[in-house]
Amino acid sequence: MRAVAVAAFAQTVHTGHDTGLSEPELLLPVLAEVRAKSGLRAFGFTCSGSCDYLAGAPFSFVSALDALGAWPPISESHVEMDAAFALYEAWVRLQHGDVDSALVYGFGKSSLGDLREIMTLQLDPYYLAPLGLDQLSYAGLQAAALGADRAELDAIVRRCRADGRRNPYALDLPDPTEQDDGHAAPITDGAAAVVLVAGDLLREYPRLAYLTGIAHRIEPHYLGMRDLARSPSAADAATAAGVGKGRVDVAELHTQFSHEELILREALGLPPDTLINPSGGPLAANPVMATGLIRVGEAAQRILDGTAGRAVAHATGGPCLQQNLVAVLSEEA
Amino acid sequence: MGNRCAVIGVGQTHYTTKRRDVSMAGLVREAALRALEDAELTFRDIDAVVIGKAPDLFEGVMMPEAYLADALGAAGKPVTRVHTAGSVGGSTALVGASLIQGGVHDRVLVVAYEKQSESNATWALSTHLPFTASLVVGAGGYFAPHIREYVRRSGAPAHIGALVAVKDRRNALKNPYAHLRIPGIDRAMVESTPMLWEPIRYLETCPSSDGACALVLASERAATGRPAWVHGTAMRSEPIFRAGRDTVNPRAGQDCAADVYRQAGITDPRREIDVAEVYVPFSWYEPMWLENLGFADLTEGWKLTESGATALDGDIPWNASGGVLSSNPIGASGLIRFAEAALQVRGLAGEHQVAGARTALGHAYGGGAQFFAMWIVGADKP
Repeated sequence: MRAVAVAAFAQTVHTGHDTGLSEPELLLPVLAEVRAKSGLRAFGFTCSGSCDYLAGAPFSFVSALDALGAWPPISESHVEMDAAFALYEAWVRLQHGDVDSALVYGFGKSSLGDLREIMTLQLDPYYLAPLGLDQLSYAGLQAAALGADRAELDAIVRRCRADGRRNPYALDLPDPTEQDDGHAAPITDGAAAVVLVAGDLLREYPRLAYLTGIAHRIEPHYLGMRDLARSPSAADAATAAGVGKGRVDVAELHTQFSHEELILREALGLPPDTLINPSGGPLAANPVMATGLIRVGEAAQRILDGTAGRAVAHATGGPCLQQNLVAVLSEEA
Repeated sequence: MGNRCAVIGVGQTHYTTKRRDVSMAGLVREAALRALEDAELTFRDIDAVVIGKAPDLFEGVMMPEAYLADALGAAGKPVTRVHTAGSVGGSTALVGASLIQGGVHDRVLVVAYEKQSESNATWALSTHLPFTASLVVGAGGYFAPHIREYVRRSGAPAHIGALVAVKDRRNALKNPYAHLRIPGIDRAMVESTPMLWEPIRYLETCPSSDGACALVLASERAATGRPAWVHGTAMRSEPIFRAGRDTVNPRAGQDCAADVYRQAGITDPRREIDVAEVYVPFSWYEPMWLENLGFADLTEGWKLTESGATALDGDIPWNASGGVLSSNPIGASGLIRFAEAALQVRGLAGEHQVAGARTALGHAYGGGAQFFAMWIVGADKP
């Protein structure tokens, strides 16, 4: 495949509450930042990820084009998925060979509604949604299926929150307590953007995070048809992306619940010495629809700043890790 | 534009107001199975699935691709969900084609659908973000002022819209999948229907349909049967609130057409394209898009319509299938344009086949006439 690399990443200082900014207003400074970091004003392809149900109105992505200042008109598309999947679409587009740059962004304000109940609407409307399972309930089913040790899960939350406090973009969350156990990712508003480059542009940057592999897979929707304690789709995507072909210094995982870290660590075959979610991960900041893209961005940033040589990023969608994307980033093409 | 890509299978459901007999999963599976049958393949042969639909509020299922994965045989494969407003069906085809043009996959299943009977699209479109006012009701309320401005600029006589409405519905009588089938439709009948949004009358608007459309796309080495070859693909978007944006003749549409014509080596679309399937949800958009897409000079599009050039027996038939005016499962409407273009160059369009069609345009637009997706398909390998 054609070499493609992350040249720039930017994200908002995420908040746990509505600050009064609209989605385009959240996005505007992030887009300005990746343009400045990459030195690019215009891009061969643009792709974004967002979800109408967070805003409760159709076409949430339309006003984002105003933040982008899409003039003259741009070659652009949108996925109703986490923006990590928009990054995948951009990576595919760059494989054509006729364009050398792509802008990817995602944004979401889950403070506007009841995210746990909104996620119920993603379930099969005939057989699952009427059961009233909200996001916490089906995550609970998965945690029970895994049967993980409570102390181990508590330690994951404590570590993620501590790392999050050191990350200026993540929420400042205290050590977990019984009332605030932190096993579910917090309600968060935020946005993120990534610039991908290929072809001649690769020579313009002193350091890049090469996307040496990227793949995604989905599993059956019905929870009863899956072994919820395992993630074969994440494992398949990891194999296709080539995770096992080298060391993994850092892994940024889209863990919306603490127990998912254990499932994903095994599915991705991560070595025991891999640093997991040094940014604090989604348990420290979860701007839905941007969270997966931030995993790619954080993993890339480690390579861009020289603190990692090879990193893995993961993004997910659907109930109980139904759909998984895995990307491998490296300092070498 | 990367590796060669071909359409080797097309499947459609019969479009209708209410498909009470199937679930959403059943609806998309019906179209997918017909496309696979056309391609003489099964779900097992498919590498990846791309799903498109218009806003999730239309059915009340958020990101329904998660739920539809099982019905589309997608378990263990990559699934992508595209959403680019009304143009989404077209964009879905382009995202699927991109997977092949990029050399990532050999066979991709593309499916788009809408089950409008699950809710009311006009009101789903009329909600608005907190602290903003919605000034229009539905798409007709939004587009009618743009049409009035077109009529003012072009000096088009008032009956042009009715001519398009009659022409497309007569074509629909030759398409077994079409939703609106109105025997004996004529100008007097259209002009006798109530005015909805000046100058759009009831019979000058698209219906609300349930339906799904599916394509099987293949790389050159996987192409079988009678393929329609993709000669060009393009998408363009522009901001909705940009001051000075021309909503009557949007630059994104012009640029998108120029891009796709350049790839396909087309310099005179009126002469070099044999048939066009263009997104015309309100009758007047035919003359408007004739100009926007370069088939006619500015302010002259209505003359082409009036002359009968865009009729099935004209020199440049537009919407031989009956178009969006005859079938409108919104999320699928763009993909149906792309699929009908492919059927024409494969010579498989049945009664509405344009004789000898070798080059066809598929077109979709959406949002505030700001998102555009187009492809050119041909009977010959590019």
